[in-house]
Amino acid sequence: MKPARQAALMAAPAVAVLAAVAVLPVLGAVWLSLHRSIVVLHEQRFIGLSNFRFLLSDGRFWSASGTTAYFTAVAVAAELALGLPVALLLQRGGGLLRAAVLLPWAIPTAVSARMWAWLFNADYGLLHRLAPGIDWLGSPRTALHAAILVDVWKTTPFVALILLAGLQAIPQDVIKAARVDGAGPTRVFASITLPLLKPAILLALLFRALDAFRVFDAIYVLTEGGPANATETLSIYAYKTLMRSGDFGYGSMLSVATFACVLLLGLGLLRVLGRRP
Amino acid sequence: MRRAAILAFFLGPLAWQALTSLWPEAELTRPLPHALTLASYAGLGATFARAVLNSLLVAAGTTVLCLAAGAPAAFAIARLELRGRSLLLGGALAISMFPPIATVSPLFLMLRAAGLRDSLPGLVLPYATFALPLTLWLLTSSFRELPEELYRAARVDGCTPWQAFARVFLPLSWPALATCAILVFIFSWNELLYALSFISTPSRRTIPVAIALFAGEHVEPWGQIAAASVVATAPLALLILLFQRRIAAGLTAGAVKE
Repeated sequence: MKPARQAALMAAPAVAVLAAVAVLPVLGAVWLSLHRSIVVLHEQRFIGLSNFRFLLSDGRFWSASGTTAYFTAVAVAAELALGLPVALLLQRGGGLLRAAVLLPWAIPTAVSARMWAWLFNADYGLLHRLAPGIDWLGSPRTALHAAILVDVWKTTPFVALILLAGLQAIPQDVIKAARVDGAGPTRVFASITLPLLKPAILLALLFRALDAFRVFDAIYVLTEGGPANATETLSIYAYKTLMRSGDFGYGSMLSVATFACVLLLGLGLLRVLGRRP
Repeated sequence: MRRAAILAFFLGPLAWQALTSLWPEAELTRPLPHALTLASYAGLGATFARAVLNSLLVAAGTTVLCLAAGAPAAFAIARLELRGRSLLLGGALAISMFPPIATVSPLFLMLRAAGLRDSLPGLVLPYATFALPLTLWLLTSSFRELPEELYRAARVDGCTPWQAFARVFLPLSWPALATCAILVFIFSWNELLYALSFISTPSRRTIPVAIALFAGEHVEPWGQIAAASVVATAPLALLILLFQRRIAAGLTAGAVKE
């Protein structure tokens, strides 16, 4: 058998699986979004762009988009700000510290959200015991920030590990040379470490932003989108429309809209990432 | 000082949860327990044990599927003349960034048509959307790190490309295969949205679904939830203690180089 043919055969199963579980379903979601489709009634009727027109005038969709964007921006900013000091500490070594920060990253988000729900508990939670008076999950103003805190706790370790890999790739000679030339630690960090770390920072930003935008687990477990839809993100709204209301037509429209937002966000960030000095 | 603050932030909540799991249910309103008990663990019962088993089966099934389909493909990308290899790698990366909600409705209908909805094999296939891209990227970069002469030497000695993969490259790549298996296992163990959407029979729930839907008759059973959390975390804590260097390296593989 020709090597090129054998190569194609070896790649075929993986290509087939990816096509069946990812490419085909995305096209299927677009197709479903053009239909009125109520799954329990086995009703399916082509309605063209009606769902899309409804989407544009759906206040709940715009509010969920705003909530998702706010969640993504604040969570990712906090994770980068906290990830850098953690990475600098990890660079000084210590397997114990690395194991300690890997644990929050590794445990299921549903588990960590339930754990934080107990910490946030308005009657007996640890946060209530330490600083009473705030109903973290019960008030629309604090609930989204509580969800952001859970996301920061869980994913800062991932940011820190990417930044650590970036720090370890910086040649020590450059830093030593700057020290010899009389630069203090702050100057070295600002003028050498930080600029050389920029690619790693942008990469962490890209991965985290795309991941935060699809947030589902933490919010579903903490508040299910409440109180008063204050924490309802796009994934939560789409999930409720699909699985609670059984409306597969408009639910798929919301799924496709979420997908389009992630795609635009990704392409936008890639343009910034690709622009190297 | 900073080190202590960071350790407290990341480990404090886990320690409080572990303490809650040993706290007698009737004493939860007190500032601290008078005595510790294993009652919450005993109260978890057969339903949660079933969820642990289901999660093990789904995570193991996903790991096997992704290594079996991913390793030959990664070898073809890394060492053979595969047409469209950058398209495959780029496409896999894009797929791993998909929001899972985007594929829930068509996958639900496809799995129902195939008779796989509400079954554990019906979760393994969707889990390939995040696990297979990871496998392809990790294994492609590890096959590329092995010297190219190795492949040529195997071919000169009469190996077909498949034999060069199965007899030479695969045995030499076991550390990368292990890293990959650990990461795929962790990601599958943790998945919630697909499991919540496709599984309706309570005895087929995985751990994240069981914990998300954990409810008592009257009040939230915080002690039992805490005990279930500890059980769900224990295997991951063990993996981290044994393989933390490997996990950290796998997570950031290629992050700096490419």
